[in-house]
Amino acid sequence: MENRVNVLFTKKIQIVNFGIKSFYDDNKKQGIPSVHVDWKPVAGGNKELANLLDDLL
Amino acid sequence: MVKAQITPGAYYDSVSLMIISNAVKKIPGVTEALVGMGTDLNRELNRNNPNLNSPEVEKTTPNDFFVAANVNDEETWKTVLAKVEEKLNEKKEDAASNYYPASLDGALKVQPHTNIAVISVPGKGGHAYKVAQDCLKQGIHVMLFSDNVSIEEEKDLKTEAVKRGLLVMGPDCGTAIINHVPLAFANVVRPGNIGMVCASGTGTQEVSSIIDSLGGGVSQVIGTGGRDLKKDIGGIMFKHALQALIADAATKVIVLVSKPPYPPVQTEVLKMAKEGGKPTVVCFIGGNPEEPKSFGLVPAVSLEDAARKAVALSKGEEPKTFDGFDMSAAEIDSLVNEATKNLAPTQKYMRALYTGGTLCDESMKYLLPTCKRIFSNIPLQDNDKLENKDISREHTALDFGDDEFTVGRPHPMIDPSLRAERVLKEAGDKTCAVILVDCVIGYGSHEDPAADLADAIKKGKDKAKSEGRDVIVVASVCGTEGDPQGLSKTRETLKAAGAIVMPTNAQACRLVKKIIEKVA
Repeated sequence: MENRVNVLFTKKIQIVNFGIKSFYDDNKKQGIPSVHVDWKPVAGGNKELANLLDDLL
Repeated sequence: MVKAQITPGAYYDSVSLMIISNAVKKIPGVTEALVGMGTDLNRELNRNNPNLNSPEVEKTTPNDFFVAANVNDEETWKTVLAKVEEKLNEKKEDAASNYYPASLDGALKVQPHTNIAVISVPGKGGHAYKVAQDCLKQGIHVMLFSDNVSIEEEKDLKTEAVKRGLLVMGPDCGTAIINHVPLAFANVVRPGNIGMVCASGTGTQEVSSIIDSLGGGVSQVIGTGGRDLKKDIGGIMFKHALQALIADAATKVIVLVSKPPYPPVQTEVLKMAKEGGKPTVVCFIGGNPEEPKSFGLVPAVSLEDAARKAVALSKGEEPKTFDGFDMSAAEIDSLVNEATKNLAPTQKYMRALYTGGTLCDESMKYLLPTCKRIFSNIPLQDNDKLENKDISREHTALDFGDDEFTVGRPHPMIDPSLRAERVLKEAGDKTCAVILVDCVIGYGSHEDPAADLADAIKKGKDKAKSEGRDVIVVASVCGTEGDPQGLSKTRETLKAAGAIVMPTNAQACRLVKKIIEKVA
């Protein structure tokens, strides 16, 4: 497998942020392309239900 | 009286809610408050707090959002609910004016060439693991800020990442600079030819910031999370990242930062660095310098020394060990004499109060031979574990970023108020001679971490003076002029409050050593 890390070093950084929104805000302030995901725990954090959903999808 | 309001089916991220909790606690008439989701942790925080212990909160599920507070009267409770509403509305307004997709798929539709994911969702319950897995499957490099990711999950993610040629920086990884973009807690460091691989958060910030102040610059800074070089993970990501820096034409000098690794892993890493053929500075804090030397690599005696040696090598100069001060010996002696002249004879001890874990570790390793024992929540010697983290004993060093202090609170670099309160408390202790503090600036950190700290220093010194003595505060600022808070501005704020501000953590520790020797 090629080391994609060295490929990353040649690319423009584009970020997807999950969780603490201030990290995304900091990216935006610096003009870094970023998307913040409005993440919520699958099935409200109920692991069994989340696993069931995972199997279905 | 204890009041609670439960709203089922709402979700807000924990850091936002902790910040709201703190805002509510400041309302006059509020003794205690907790705003959060009905997670195990929050229910436990409620249950264990004698000023709360709300039965309604006890019945919540992780799907329920709650506000609980101990208030003087109904009016105050109304103010609490209004404050929470106001803060949540700020979030809603922001969400209405910006589109935030609900999933990775949605994000990739908006930004198809996404190449790095910054993940700080809860590690507990496998949430962070699942999000990281999804990102790797899409060929996206991961920076995993979340803690509470299990060793098994970490190993699994890193093995998968290496198979795909991707990075997993973390878990519990706070710092990285990729293509000059600071991620999470990182500083604005000038571009240059020094590449870093680090299993330490504030250690990375300290080295990269000093590189900047010495006129050097960085190519890439890759964090791996503190467990990577331990036996269980075996340095999977550290070696993967090191290979990338060895292959990177823009990187001429390499710096490795970590606590001492598991010996066989250390040997593998040092061997790989040697074979890579690039000048490499090794800062395994508290480790044996002979090990890197035996591989033809350059050991560093402190984080500052690592930065100095890397900058020298990057300019083609001979690296020299630096274990002194920027000021002359005479200037330091006069500084120590001046600082100690108004101490009372009872003042013998040091209190090191840190927001950065690696900086705290560095200070303890440096000062232990002088202090003999340093009581701590992260002790170097098993017998020196502080029985109660809220009560210092003789020489004490505290890492406010450690789990004991961060349960239900944001990291002290985001919310430095708890540490500031402790500065004030220690200043009132008649046995405390010197308080040693860090102040970490940069992206991710509080917008003005020096403000609260300076206020506490000033009040603490005033209180000591009113009791006929003084208390010394020695500080160092970790950051750069390019950071939003500004290095000089932050230093000036602390100086104006009466702190002695040293150029680096290592020099701050050396000064404290001289002070302790003088008052002993």
